[in-house]
Amino acid sequence: MSTTEIFLNVLIAVLGGAIRVGTPFLLVSLGECITEKSGRINLGLEGVLVFSAMAGFGGAYLSGNVWVGVLLAGGCGALLSLLHGLVCSLPRVNDIATGIALMLLGSGLAFYLGKPLIQPQAPQIPSLDLGAWSGSPQIRSALQINMLFPIGVALAALLAWGFKATRFGLVLRMAGDSSDAARALGYSVNGIRIAATCAGGFIAGLGGASLSLYYPGSWNEGLSSGQGLIAVALVIFARWSPWRCLGAALLFGGAGALGPALQSVGISSGYYLFNAVPYVLTLAILIWTCSPTRSLKGAPMELGVTR
Amino acid sequence: MALSTRTQETLEAIALPVLAMTGALLLFGAFIWAGGKSPVDAWALLFKGAFGDWFSWQNSLQRAAPLMLTALCVAIPARAGLIVIGGEGALVLGGLACAGLPYLFAPPANAFGTAMLLLAAALTGAVWIALVGALRQWRGVNETISSLLLAYTAVALFKHFVEGPMRDPASLNKPSTRTLGDGLLIGGIAGTDIHWGLVFGIAACVLLGLWLFFTTSGFATRIVGGNTRAALLVGLPGARLMVGACAIGGACAGLAGGIEVAAVHTNANASLIAGLGYTGILVSFVARHNPWAVIPVAVLFGGFGAAGSLLQRRMDVPDASVMVLQGFAFLLILASEALRGKLFAPRAPKPAPTAQPTRVVTEAAT
Repeated sequence: MSTTEIFLNVLIAVLGGAIRVGTPFLLVSLGECITEKSGRINLGLEGVLVFSAMAGFGGAYLSGNVWVGVLLAGGCGALLSLLHGLVCSLPRVNDIATGIALMLLGSGLAFYLGKPLIQPQAPQIPSLDLGAWSGSPQIRSALQINMLFPIGVALAALLAWGFKATRFGLVLRMAGDSSDAARALGYSVNGIRIAATCAGGFIAGLGGASLSLYYPGSWNEGLSSGQGLIAVALVIFARWSPWRCLGAALLFGGAGALGPALQSVGISSGYYLFNAVPYVLTLAILIWTCSPTRSLKGAPMELGVTR
Repeated sequence: MALSTRTQETLEAIALPVLAMTGALLLFGAFIWAGGKSPVDAWALLFKGAFGDWFSWQNSLQRAAPLMLTALCVAIPARAGLIVIGGEGALVLGGLACAGLPYLFAPPANAFGTAMLLLAAALTGAVWIALVGALRQWRGVNETISSLLLAYTAVALFKHFVEGPMRDPASLNKPSTRTLGDGLLIGGIAGTDIHWGLVFGIAACVLLGLWLFFTTSGFATRIVGGNTRAALLVGLPGARLMVGACAIGGACAGLAGGIEVAAVHTNANASLIAGLGYTGILVSFVARHNPWAVIPVAVLFGGFGAAGSLLQRRMDVPDASVMVLQGFAFLLILASEALRGKLFAPRAPKPAPTAQPTRVVTEAAT
C-alpha cells in the first residue's frame, strides 16, 4: 500500500468511525443536555451508560429481539437516573457527589448482573447501508450506519425545537435559569428536575444499548471507559445546544476511531496513546472554551458546574 | 437530657454514617437475597473476611493503606473547596514513576534508595493533581471533570509505557516493568504480613489532620474552601492555597501508587489499575473529608475489599458484589446529609438575660 492509500483508508475509517463511535456520545450528551438545562448535573450518566449497556444486551439476548433490548436499556437508564433525581432533591445533597455515587453503583450493578453475559452473542441493532452505491469496501463499511444514529439526529432536532418553541421547553429552561421564577409561577422545581433527569437517563440508556448492541457489539466490563463523562464535558463544549451536541459527538467519535483506524492499517505502536486522544481533546477544548472571569454563554444559570 | 450543641454535632457525625452503612448492608442483603442467596451468610462472610481473625485483620489493614492515601487526595482539595475525583490517575503515574526511576539511574539499594523512589512517586502525583487545581484556578475548568479526564489519560500513558518502552522482555504473559531490586522494596512490619505502607498512610492522615486543624495555613485553606469571597476579603492567597491543597492530595495518591509498587507488586503492571483511587473518593466522603476519620473508614473499606474475594469463593457471587455494596453505601451516605441537624430535638433557646442590673439599681434607690 502506498502512503496516500494508507492515509485515505485511515481518513475514511475515521469518518465512518465518527458516526459509529459517535452515536453513544450523541445520545448520552443529548440526555445530559436535557438534565443540565433543568439546572442539575448528572455525572452518574457514566454509570447509566454501563448499566443500560448490560441491560440492553441482556434483554436482547434473552428475548431474541434487539428492540426489546434497546427499550429495556432506555428504561433501566431512566430508572437509575430517577434515583439520582430523587436523592438530589433532598435538602443539602450535592448533585456532583451523588453522580459519582451513581457511577459506582451503576458500574457495580452492571458488573455483578452482567457476569453471565460476557460470553454469549445477542442479536445486533440492524444497520442502514448508505454505501451500497460504492464499489470500495472501505467506503461501504464506513457508511454502514447504526439505526440509533438517525434516531439520535431526530432527537437532537426535536429537542432543539422543543427547548425553543414548546411550553415544556420553556418551563425546563426556567427551572435551570431561575428556580425562583419557576417557583413563583407555581411550578415544582424539584419535580421538573426529576422529570428532566429521568428523561435524560432514558436517552443516555439508548446510548448504552448502542454500545453493547452495535459497536463494539458485545458486553464486557471495560465497555464504556469514561464515555459518559466525556459527554458531560461535551455538553459544556456544545454550549447546551442539541444541534451542537451532534457536531461535538461526531468530532469525538472521529477522535475515538483514530486508534482502531491506525491499528487496522498496521500502525500499532502508541495504540494506547491514540486511545487517550478523546480525553486529551476534551480537556484541551475545555481549557480553550472555559474562562474564570465569565460564566459560559448559554449556560443554565443554576448549574453549579460552570459557575 | 439536653446535650450541648457540640456533643450533638459529634454524635450526629458518627451516627449518620453508621445509620447509612447499616442501611447499605441491609440493601446489599436484599440484593443478595433477590439473587437467591442467603443474606445472613453474606453478612457473616463479610465480617469474617474483613475482621474475623488476625489473618483477615492483616489483610484488611494491608488494603487500607493505599485507601487512606487516595482518600487524602479527595479530602485535602475538598477542604479547599474542590471536588477532585481523579486520584486514580495520580496513583498509577506515581507507581509508574516509582518503577521507572531505576531506568534513569541506579538508586542505592537501601532505605535511601527506597525514599528516592517514593519521593519520585509523590512528586509525580503532586504535579498531576496540581495541574487540575491550576486549570480550575486560571482557566475555570471544572476540577471534577478535568481530574477524571486526566485519570483516563494517565491510565492510557501507564499502559503505553508498561507495554511499550518500559516493558521487561522477561514478562511474557503479563506486561510489567523491570522488577525492583531487593534492597529497594518496602518490607513487612516485623511479626506481621503488613508492610510499612500502612505506617505511611496513618502518618499522612495524622500529620495532615494536624496541619489542617492546628496551623495557620491549614486554617486558611479551610476558609478558602468554606467561603471563597470571605477568603478574598481577608486577603488570603486563594489560588496558591487551592493549588497547594491539590498538590498535597496528589502527592498522597502518588505515594500510594509508589507504595503499592515497592511493597506489593514489586514492579508496575496492570494490577495497579484496581480502582483504589475511586474507592478513596468514597472513603473521603464517608469520613466527611476529615483526615483523622479517614483512618478507621479506610480500614472498614479495606476490610470489605478483603472480604470480597472470600464472598466470591464461598458464595459464588461475582467479584463486583463489593462494588455494589460500596455503591449503596455511597448513595445512602450522601442522602443521609438531608438528616443532618434533624437527628436530635432542637435545644430550647436559652432564656434571654433579663435586665438584672436595673433592678439592683432601683432596689438600691428605695
